[in-house]
Amino acid sequence: MSASVLFDTPGPRTRRRSRIASVIVVLLIAAGLAWIIYTLAQPRDSSGITLPGYFDESRWDIFVLAELWVRIGEGLLATLQAAAVAAVMALVIGVLFAMLRTSSLAIVRIPTTIVLEFFRGMPVLLMMLFILLVASTGAFWAVVLALGVYNGAIIGESLRAGLAALPRGQREAGLSLGLTGFQSKVFIEFPQAFRQMLPVIIAQLVVLLKDTSLGYIVGYNELIRTTMNNLGSSVGNRYLFSLFLVTLVIYLAVNLSLSAVARRLARRRSPGTMSPKDQITPTASISAVGMSSTNPEDRTTE
Amino acid sequence: MNAVIENLPRFIEAFGMTLWLLVLSGACALIIGTVIAAMRISPVPSLSAFANVYTELLRNTPLTLVLFFCAFVLPQLGSRLPYEWAAFIGLTLYTSPFVAEALRSGINGVAVGQAEAARSLGLGFMQSTTLIIFPQAFRMVIPPLINVMIALTKNTSVAGGFFVFELFSAAKELTNANGNAVIAILLAVAAFYLAVTIPLGILSAHLEKKLAVQR
Repeated sequence: MSASVLFDTPGPRTRRRSRIASVIVVLLIAAGLAWIIYTLAQPRDSSGITLPGYFDESRWDIFVLAELWVRIGEGLLATLQAAAVAAVMALVIGVLFAMLRTSSLAIVRIPTTIVLEFFRGMPVLLMMLFILLVASTGAFWAVVLALGVYNGAIIGESLRAGLAALPRGQREAGLSLGLTGFQSKVFIEFPQAFRQMLPVIIAQLVVLLKDTSLGYIVGYNELIRTTMNNLGSSVGNRYLFSLFLVTLVIYLAVNLSLSAVARRLARRRSPGTMSPKDQITPTASISAVGMSSTNPEDRTTE
Repeated sequence: MNAVIENLPRFIEAFGMTLWLLVLSGACALIIGTVIAAMRISPVPSLSAFANVYTELLRNTPLTLVLFFCAFVLPQLGSRLPYEWAAFIGLTLYTSPFVAEALRSGINGVAVGQAEAARSLGLGFMQSTTLIIFPQAFRMVIPPLINVMIALTKNTSVAGGFFVFELFSAAKELTNANGNAVIAILLAVAAFYLAVTIPLGILSAHLEKKLAVQR
C-alpha cells in the first residue's frame, strides 16, 4: 500500500472506506463479467436456426483435433518467422539510420532526416501495399521489408536520442585519445547508446511482432489469417468466436512474455537514470527511460 | 499524375473518412484513457488492478485482431453496427491504454519531491494531484499525447482492411483501376497521411522544447 507518495499509509477509517470501495468495484466488475458470460452462453437465433451458446461443447469440439493445432502452429510459426527476419532487418537499418542521421556531413544528414520522416509518418500498411504492388515480392517479403524499414526508422530515431543524451565528455575523451570522429562514434558512443536504449528497442520489437498481424490484410498467412480465415472457413462460422479467443490467448501469451523480458532488461538499467522508486506512482512498464517522446511504449504503432 | 487528378474527389472522400476516424476515436480515446489513468493511480486497489489488466490486455493485442473482433465477431454476437462504427470502436479501444500510459508517464515525470512537498504540507490525495501534480504533468503530457495521435492517424489505415473506405482502401481501389499509375497513386495517398502526421510531429517537437521545465 505504501507504493505511492500520493497518499498516506491509510489509517483504520480510510482503510475501511477503501476496502468498501474496493469490494463495490469488484462486485461491479464481477457483475459485468457475469453478464457477458451469461449473454455469451445463451443460445442464439441465426437466420432461423437456433445455435447453442458460446460455451457449448459443439462450439469447442474441434479443438481436440491434433490437425487443427498443427495448422494453428503453422500460423504462429509464420508470424514468428516474419517477426524474426523483420527484427534483424530493423536493427540493422536502425543502426545505419542512426549513423547517417548523426553524420557530421550535412549532405548525408539532411537527406537521411527527410527519408526518416517520410518512413515514420507513413502507415506500415501502406508501405506493405507499396512493396507488394511496385516490387511484386510476394506477401512475406512485403510484410518483412515494410516492417523492417518502418521499425528501423523508429529504432534509428531512438538510437539517435540515446546518442544525444550521452554526456559530451564521452566523445571529447574519445577524440582526445586520438580516435577519429567515426571511431569514437562506433567504439565509444554507440555501445553506450545502444545499451541505454535497449529496453526501448525491445519494446519496439514487441510492437513489430504485433504488426506482423497486418499480414492478414495484405494476404500473408500469419496467425490471424490462418485461424480466422483459412480455418474459419473450413470448419464453419460456428467456431469463429472460439477461434478468436484461441488466437487472442496465443497473442497475449507471446507478447506478454516478450514484454516481461523487456521489463527485466529495463530494471537492470545503467546508473544515472531514474529508478522506479523515484517516481510518483509505481511503474510496471518501461516508460521511465526519461525521453518521453522517443519512447515507443508511449506511441501507438500498429 | 493524371490518374491522381482525375480521382481527386475519391481521394478527398477517403481523406474525410480518415479524418473522421481520427478525430472521433482520438477524442473518445482521450476520455477513456483519462479515466483509466485516474483509476490506475487511485488508492482503491481493485480500481488500479482493473486499469492495469485493461491496459495490458489491449496493449498486447494486435490492432488487426481488435478490429477483426469489432467487424466480424461483434455482428455474430448480435451487433448491427455499420463497419465505420465498428472501426471507430476498435480504434478507440486500442488507443485508450496508450493515452493512459502517456498520461501516467507524464505524472511520473514530475519530480517525486514535488509530491512529497505537497504531502508534507498536509495536502490530501485530491489536493496534491489537482493543485501540484497535474498542472506540472500537463505540460509534459502534451508531446507524448500528440505522438499517440500521430500513431492513431497511421492506425486508421488498418480500418481500410475491414470494409471502411478510407485512404488505404482508396489506395487499393485506385491502384487496381489504374495499373499504369500505381506509384503516383500510392505517393499521393502517402502525401495525405504525411499532411497530417508531419505537422503534428513538428508541433510535438516544438511544444516539447517550449514546455520543457527548467530544473
